[in-house]
Amino acid sequence: MTEQNTQRPDNGRIVKRLLVTVVCMFAFGFALVPLYDVFCDITGFNGRTKNEQAVVSAGEIDKSRVVRVQFITRNNKGMPWDFGPELKEVKVHPGETRVVNFLAHNRTPNNMVAQAIPSVAPGEAALYLNKTECFCFNQQPLQANSDTVMPMQFYLDPDIPEHITTLTLSYTLYDMTANATADVLAQMSSAE
Amino acid sequence: MSTAGEAIQDHDHDHEHHDHKATGVTRWLFTTNHKDIGSLYLWFSFIMFLVGGAMAMVIRAELFQPGLQLVDPHFFNQMTTVHGLIMVFGAVMPAFTGLANWMIPMMIGAPDMALPRMNNWSFWILPFAFAILLGSLFMEGGGPAFGWTFYAPLSTTYSSDSTALFVFSVHIMGISSIMGAINVIVTIMNMRAPGMSYMKMPLFVWTWFITAFLLIAVMPVLAGAVTMVLTDKYFGTSFFDAAGGGDPVMFQHIFWFFGHPEVYIMILPSFGIISAIIPAFTRKPLFGYASMVYATAAIAVLSFLVWAHHMFTTGMPVFAELFFMYCTMLIAVPTGVKIFNWVATMWRGSMTFETPMLFALAFVILFTIGGFSGLMLAITPVDFQYHDTYFVVAHFHYVLVTGAIFSIMAAAYYWLPKWTGNMYDETLAKWHFWLSLISVNVLFFPMHFAGLAGMPRRIPDYALQFADINQIVSIGGFAFGLTQLMFLWIVIKCCRGGEKALAKPWDGAEGLEWTVPSPAPYHTFETPPEIK
Repeated sequence: MTEQNTQRPDNGRIVKRLLVTVVCMFAFGFALVPLYDVFCDITGFNGRTKNEQAVVSAGEIDKSRVVRVQFITRNNKGMPWDFGPELKEVKVHPGETRVVNFLAHNRTPNNMVAQAIPSVAPGEAALYLNKTECFCFNQQPLQANSDTVMPMQFYLDPDIPEHITTLTLSYTLYDMTANATADVLAQMSSAE
Repeated sequence: MSTAGEAIQDHDHDHEHHDHKATGVTRWLFTTNHKDIGSLYLWFSFIMFLVGGAMAMVIRAELFQPGLQLVDPHFFNQMTTVHGLIMVFGAVMPAFTGLANWMIPMMIGAPDMALPRMNNWSFWILPFAFAILLGSLFMEGGGPAFGWTFYAPLSTTYSSDSTALFVFSVHIMGISSIMGAINVIVTIMNMRAPGMSYMKMPLFVWTWFITAFLLIAVMPVLAGAVTMVLTDKYFGTSFFDAAGGGDPVMFQHIFWFFGHPEVYIMILPSFGIISAIIPAFTRKPLFGYASMVYATAAIAVLSFLVWAHHMFTTGMPVFAELFFMYCTMLIAVPTGVKIFNWVATMWRGSMTFETPMLFALAFVILFTIGGFSGLMLAITPVDFQYHDTYFVVAHFHYVLVTGAIFSIMAAAYYWLPKWTGNMYDETLAKWHFWLSLISVNVLFFPMHFAGLAGMPRRIPDYALQFADINQIVSIGGFAFGLTQLMFLWIVIKCCRGGEKALAKPWDGAEGLEWTVPSPAPYHTFETPPEIK
């Protein structure tokens, strides 16, 4: 019995440490979310582009190379807009700034809000695609039965590796009407 | 509770009345005895094994011929999902926890588990978890149908309303496992008999010790993942929803960060069981004890570095694919050490082939087959072909059924005389073994070919060219399922009576558990044994 008595506080110490580990690992599960974002931003893993305005190109254009930039779009399930790029493909020199327009048509009788999510293949190229202006930075409101032209201005970083000769930028359009931000709603009602 | 608590204190004071225990249902509800709780865990896992097995029968009946015959696709998906969840969390894991409860205190010369009341809790919340999960099947819209891996957005955007029940049941299972693991760790660290140093512990104790740390590390991550699914589905968060800035691929990273260590949680205790049985029936000490311990630890560490091999087709950079491929293949090294040690133990041993040994031998061979198909899957370029086909189904059933389940059956036959005081019926047991061995291979081996030929998993219907293979597989499945009823009968028969077992019924067996009488008294090692 005496032996067990001396062991009891010891048990408590180990249990406490193990419980702390459990709590830490639970927190770690959630910490994986921001860690994953940081990891993707640094490595371009998963084809994520930087979702913020890039600094305008310094103007150094590498005329010796041409990179094909292809555009594809798709609508998330249940998203009724017509959505597509004006051009399927452009050929650019690294460093050269280009604008490509994307066309959207809301063919429903309701005012709607959409959000486009970009993805780049190959993932490695995502690091070198700089967007100075993009409709994907914000939610996009569109009145019922109306059209809009959404510009996207970009340039490729001249440091883009030699072996990348083609990259594909894909946009998936999501219906965000139910989760629209306040300023987008204000924008839409003022337009009416 | 108070009466049970007093009863236990009485035992402590009064060594004369060792076997005095509460009667009726309260004995089981309030028990803090490691042997009672071990039995509860083992019976519970057996019932879950039969329930999950019944679901497998539904799956195999539907797949007996192409086309949709018996169940609609949505129900089929619920069957594959809940079959997986029940077998993983309801059958294999509780069976190991039951074995740990029964055997670890006896193996290290401890009177009980270190935290007996928590032990009671960790068992008694389990039936509620599975009642919730099984109950969700009867709700409108059905139970979980997104696969046991519950990938987002299947489990968020496209799941039925009962998903919250799935989430809560997984939470409860996780809490139960974590409590069980804490108990195992504290018991092993604090309750070893004097002289029982770490490197003298039986391998079953060692492998469970390492498994418990894996559980502590990854079950909370699973809890986090299901919580994120819950808030994504019901509370408007966007962890896995691209439209809100989340990423569905991230779900797979978080899930498999839990999921890969989880598969080792389901096999490391098996290694311990096999390392006890093979020396006993070979009448030789285990070859390479220390290397077994280090190999187990190495597998546990590596298990945290290989999760993305489940995700080769999600579009990872080549570097990441190579990293995860090589790390995965590296696991074959410590696993190979183990297989080598078991074979070396048998080398020139005086082998006999009682049922535990037969299951252990089948484990060594068939688990190795599952390991080899795992190596094939680890090779990134070919994984693109094998991914989500029946080849994967064949692989993980070889490691989990002929691996984990066979080792649990081997353990049951090996220790049943100690638990019940009676010998099981050796003739029936041999029948059980041979029928299981043949039917399990008829069941799972052809799945390799179906997968290589391109049959996808998780589908209720399939192209005509797979009809023959599926018919053979289903026949094997029905045979294997029915054979397990035989196991149920053998265990019941052994509990009710039979030839009386000696304290040490296997002459080559080693370990403290064989120094106490059979059946093991209600309280053992209240005075610590002396370890030479």
